[in-house]
Amino acid sequence: MPAVTRSIKKLLIANRGEIAVRIVRAAQDLGIATVQVHSDADADSRAVQLADEAVNIGPPQAAKSYLDMEAILAAARQTGADAVHPGYGFLAENADFADAVAAAGLIFVGPSGDTIRLMGDKAAARAEAKKAGVPTVPGNDGLLGDMDAAVALAEDIGFPVMIKAAAGGGGRGIRVAGDASEFRALAPQASAEAKAAFGDGGIYVEKVVERARHIEVQVLGDGMDVVHFYERECSLQRRRQKVWEEAPSAVLADSARESLCAAAVALAKAVDYKGAGTVEFLYDDDSGAFYFIEMNTRIQVEHPVTEMICGVDLVAEMIAIADGQKLRLRQDEIQRRGHAIEVRLNAEDPANNFMPFPGVVGALSVPAGPGVRFDHMLYPGYAVPPFYDSLLGKLIVWAEDRPAALRRLSRALAELRIEGLPTTAPLFQALLDSEELRSSAVHTRWLEHWLDQNIDLIRQKGGRAA
Amino acid sequence: MARHEVKSPIPGTFYRKPAPDQPPYKEVGDAVAKGDTLGLVEVMKTYVEVKADDDGTVASFPIGDSEPVMAGQTIAELD
Repeated sequence: MPAVTRSIKKLLIANRGEIAVRIVRAAQDLGIATVQVHSDADADSRAVQLADEAVNIGPPQAAKSYLDMEAILAAARQTGADAVHPGYGFLAENADFADAVAAAGLIFVGPSGDTIRLMGDKAAARAEAKKAGVPTVPGNDGLLGDMDAAVALAEDIGFPVMIKAAAGGGGRGIRVAGDASEFRALAPQASAEAKAAFGDGGIYVEKVVERARHIEVQVLGDGMDVVHFYERECSLQRRRQKVWEEAPSAVLADSARESLCAAAVALAKAVDYKGAGTVEFLYDDDSGAFYFIEMNTRIQVEHPVTEMICGVDLVAEMIAIADGQKLRLRQDEIQRRGHAIEVRLNAEDPANNFMPFPGVVGALSVPAGPGVRFDHMLYPGYAVPPFYDSLLGKLIVWAEDRPAALRRLSRALAELRIEGLPTTAPLFQALLDSEELRSSAVHTRWLEHWLDQNIDLIRQKGGRAA
Repeated sequence: MARHEVKSPIPGTFYRKPAPDQPPYKEVGDAVAKGDTLGLVEVMKTYVEVKADDDGTVASFPIGDSEPVMAGQTIAELD
């Protein structure tokens, strides 16, 4: 095999936690040196221990460290890094950061600032999807201006409607209005919240699709060609945060899968997409209709389920693309096999309204064996800092079909021991008892409803782990 | 009246304001009643209100706005 000439020789990881560990490993597998930046609170993190070099970029508060673009660029200059991987969260979808990295003469592992900007403006992304022939949720195409016109439009679409911030994310800047008077009350609130959180008060309106599933397609583009890696179903959500993801979706017929994946590729091609991205859809079981909601221009938390069914290292591929290489796989070389499930282990107490619980990891027993993968950042004695999100790791299982994957998940959860702090593991043990989940009769609001009725079951499962 | 310390029940980041563009809950010298909110502690993206557990007057805020706080650390002193 001819030696690959790389322009990326040293990669700086502008993130923390399990995704930083994941990226360090991918870079090392590619023979690329790594620089891990960290806050004062993360000096003892697993990613710092594994990376070739580490640079302290500031105090614990994310705004003064992981969100400080200047500090990160200074760390890159100081260590001679030639590329920056943003992971997910923090600056991953910050167009100005992508521009600043490029302006500093470094490679940003992800799409251009312009692409991030376009897809980050949800109204613009929606217009782009429509142009590419991708179905969108019934709603307005531009931003709302005049209130009377907005109410008339909402009436046209049919209540309930969702009022969404154009610049929103993570469930913020979203309101659901059941009628016109509620709409008049809530629209200014959504706008004000969006203005405060994102500096942009623009809002738009979408029909509420009842009992929809969340299905998303993984794509990779090199700026010319785009390939997809099939779909993930992420319908199990609490407060609009995903907690359990699967690949493939258990309910999608092959013809629907083909249309969904083709739509995702069409949109990514329309914007000359470069990097790893995810095109998110709502899917209506009853009608078989699907609607584009947004595109995430980064690697996602749930990417491992796709890696497990396709046998591809997506993080390595995104680094290769950033390095200037063409896509290394043709669509017909991307096969899916079996079924994968990921559950998110958070430092939260599911029996106590998911209260976050930073603490020191005691004894640790990591599940292993065939078809089991645990992406995490833990070690015995590790003090989980209170300053960042509560994700400790992700337990991913693969098996030849969904029933076998469910059994394997049960087995892996039984092997898992994280002492010293509560985790969301008992939630998943309880969920495995659910007949609805086992038959995948779920939608995006199913989990919250189920939680209301099954808190005792979770408490019972938690008794053993605690 | 003896000085009384209000402690954070959890570790995280201490905020004296409900939102960045709003005034602080309380200033030094303000009278507070038991149950009044003195600040917020952000722990892993969840916000927990810290309330006065007694009546009094705010003597000091030993921890600055948006500074790290440990569980059991004093966030306000009341006279």
